Amino acid sequence: MRTSINDYVLRKVNFLTGSHDDVLKICNTHARMPFDDEIMTFLNDVSVVLMNNKASRLYSDVVTFAFWIRMSSTKMLKERFIHSEAYRLGKGVVFHIAPSNVPVNFAYSLVAGLLNGNANVVRVPSKGFEQVSIIADAFGEVLESYPYLKSYVILVRYARDKDVNDLFSSIADVRVVWGGDATISELRKSPLPPRSGEITFADRYSLAVIDSDIYLSIDNKSKVAIDFYNDTYFTDQNACTSPRIVVWTGNRIDEAKEIFWKEEHDLVEQMYRFQAVQAVNKLTSAYMSAVAIPGSSVEDHEDNLIIRVRVPEAKASLMDYRGDSGFFFEYNCKDIMEIMNLCDDKHCQTISYIGHRDMFLPLIKSGVKGIDRIVPIGKTMDFDLIWDGYDLTSMLTRVISIS
Amino acid sequence: MTFDEILGIKPYEMDKDRKCKILNERLLYLTDYHKMQCPEYSRMLDAFSYKRIESYEDIPFLPVRLFKEMDLKSVPDNDVVKTMTSSGTTGQAVSKIYLDRVTSANQQKAMVKIVSDFTGSGRIPMIIIDCPSVVKARAVFSARGAGILGFSVFGSKKIYALDDNMKLDVEVFKEFLNAYKGEKILLFGFTFIVWQHFYKELIRLKEEGISFDLANGILIHGGGWKKLISEAISKEEFDTRLEGVCGLKSIHDYYGMVEQTGCIYMECEFGHLHASIFSDVITRRHKDFSPCDIGETGIIQVVSTIPESYPGHSLLTEDEGVILGEDDCPCGRKGKYFKVNGRLKDAELRGCSDTYADEYK
Repeated sequence: MRTSINDYVLRKVNFLTGSHDDVLKICNTHARMPFDDEIMTFLNDVSVVLMNNKASRLYSDVVTFAFWIRMSSTKMLKERFIHSEAYRLGKGVVFHIAPSNVPVNFAYSLVAGLLNGNANVVRVPSKGFEQVSIIADAFGEVLESYPYLKSYVILVRYARDKDVNDLFSSIADVRVVWGGDATISELRKSPLPPRSGEITFADRYSLAVIDSDIYLSIDNKSKVAIDFYNDTYFTDQNACTSPRIVVWTGNRIDEAKEIFWKEEHDLVEQMYRFQAVQAVNKLTSAYMSAVAIPGSSVEDHEDNLIIRVRVPEAKASLMDYRGDSGFFFEYNCKDIMEIMNLCDDKHCQTISYIGHRDMFLPLIKSGVKGIDRIVPIGKTMDFDLIWDGYDLTSMLTRVISIS
Repeated sequence: MTFDEILGIKPYEMDKDRKCKILNERLLYLTDYHKMQCPEYSRMLDAFSYKRIESYEDIPFLPVRLFKEMDLKSVPDNDVVKTMTSSGTTGQAVSKIYLDRVTSANQQKAMVKIVSDFTGSGRIPMIIIDCPSVVKARAVFSARGAGILGFSVFGSKKIYALDDNMKLDVEVFKEFLNAYKGEKILLFGFTFIVWQHFYKELIRLKEEGISFDLANGILIHGGGWKKLISEAISKEEFDTRLEGVCGLKSIHDYYGMVEQTGCIYMECEFGHLHASIFSDVITRRHKDFSPCDIGETGIIQVVSTIPESYPGHSLLTEDEGVILGEDDCPCGRKGKYFKVNGRLKDAELRGCSDTYADEYK
């Protein structure tokens, strides 16, 4: 049984793609098998439109997305994720709430739903990001050639409104909620049907681990600076994947730190738009850390672009004092198990690293509560169908067992 | 130099070099004093590897938000006679400023010296443009209540012009003006309240044929322009419109904050805010906190010679302003003069967690 759709509530919704009628049709739309050929061709067409649009080139995040949905890329995903003989089908209707201050995240969420065979309603950010229009327009254009896919790609915008959340939740087989703890608790007020599930992306924190000896052996240190910039300053060091603490290992820590931060500073100075209130906030964070963390000290700094607080222990409680926009804790580590407390917390998400990835095995084997991703520095934002500890392919499909 | 010695100096007579010597001596003393008396302050200085410095410009400045996030005091709890709080909107954290007898008294003394330079010495009849209930809860002082009580010492005879519904009490007001006809009268209130509940009511009354003559009045108002900016009222317009409705010519804005009560910055006849001998302003570049040049916009730092019971003698505000000059304002007052542009613009950070500032009501 499906709930009937309240016309009055639907009038509060603006459609970037799809329409009121497509929403009414959505419950009768058939799920598809994951990595359906037609869906992959459709996405490839969207990729072509995005690549040919001059406006896209101004936005590296749009280009990265366009690259990710081209046929050769989705084929690689298919190879990775389709490996059993079991029959899978999309769950049906996926309702996505995208985060309000990351421009293209909504598109990745949509594609995760599509590739897994689902019809999608996606609430895009309310802020008028240019990237949202570029991507929505590309989908809209390609949908003209695939009219029967219209109910699979419904991009909507509406002011935060419980009635609308209720409506879309009532028809959702899966609800995907980005935007952190506050948004999740807001959406939890809207009930889901009994068989439906939910994927939530809660508030998280991340860290970087750098082996000083290996860093010093890298020739292209300015490339490392760019990678670290993309992990941090590119999102005001405020994404859940942005490292808030840099953990140093190896034998030449002091030497490595000096070069690493000098390189980073030169880049930040060129690239980052640093605002007055960020300087005040970072100073506030530094003083608060000084009081709250005994034995901490603020590293000398010629300006406010990078503020580093050296801490004597790597504990999860540090994150109560985390800052953003270039505010880093730093810890000198002799044995990787010293960061156990920091990682043994459900909020701990991504470790980005320079060094040998095997160094984290002792942490994982110890049964640590956190750590969902371990990726090289520069890759923290790379979206994948395994994200935040969830295998989205298995969560967005159902398995038909035949014996 | 003790605070009492500074009190012996006229508030606007010292030129740059002499003032600098006085501030260096007093403020460096306060830095050492608070480092000894306030463990949190001491940890802050240690974390920044603070070494003894020579000039007050080099004293670390605490962002005012720290007083919201933690209790900072340099006296035992027993000595606290008053706790002042900032006027945060509901739900926001408020600053807590702990005062002992000495600091509280010195705030009052400094303010008397500063304001008398504008109103003349001696008490005069005073109209408080606010409601009486604002000052009733004595244990905790809001910025508004503290401002009213602070200024009340200038009044020989005082009335509150508004009732507790924030409505102008026309009869009381009229009677008071008649009683002191031809005399100099002090009016005091918060900028937005003066505008919303006084000016607008005078306009309404005028349309009904009731008008008042305040040509002998001196209006002192403060508290910031944020709400008026949203009504698109500039400082100049505020002054002109008030004069238009009731003949009020002597209108002085002031800049001050609960974290440094007492050291207010009064606006002179030329529209400039002035630093007195008790305090100073430094504007800083956000990139590296180096001091701005005259005429260059920066984040406002304020230093005050008063705070002994809490480590608030050097603070970084969340306001932006410009130093217009030093020792050479046409009004003749010595010291720096400046203007405040308003609050620093909020940064719209990127990131995965939604911000809920305006969307949820």
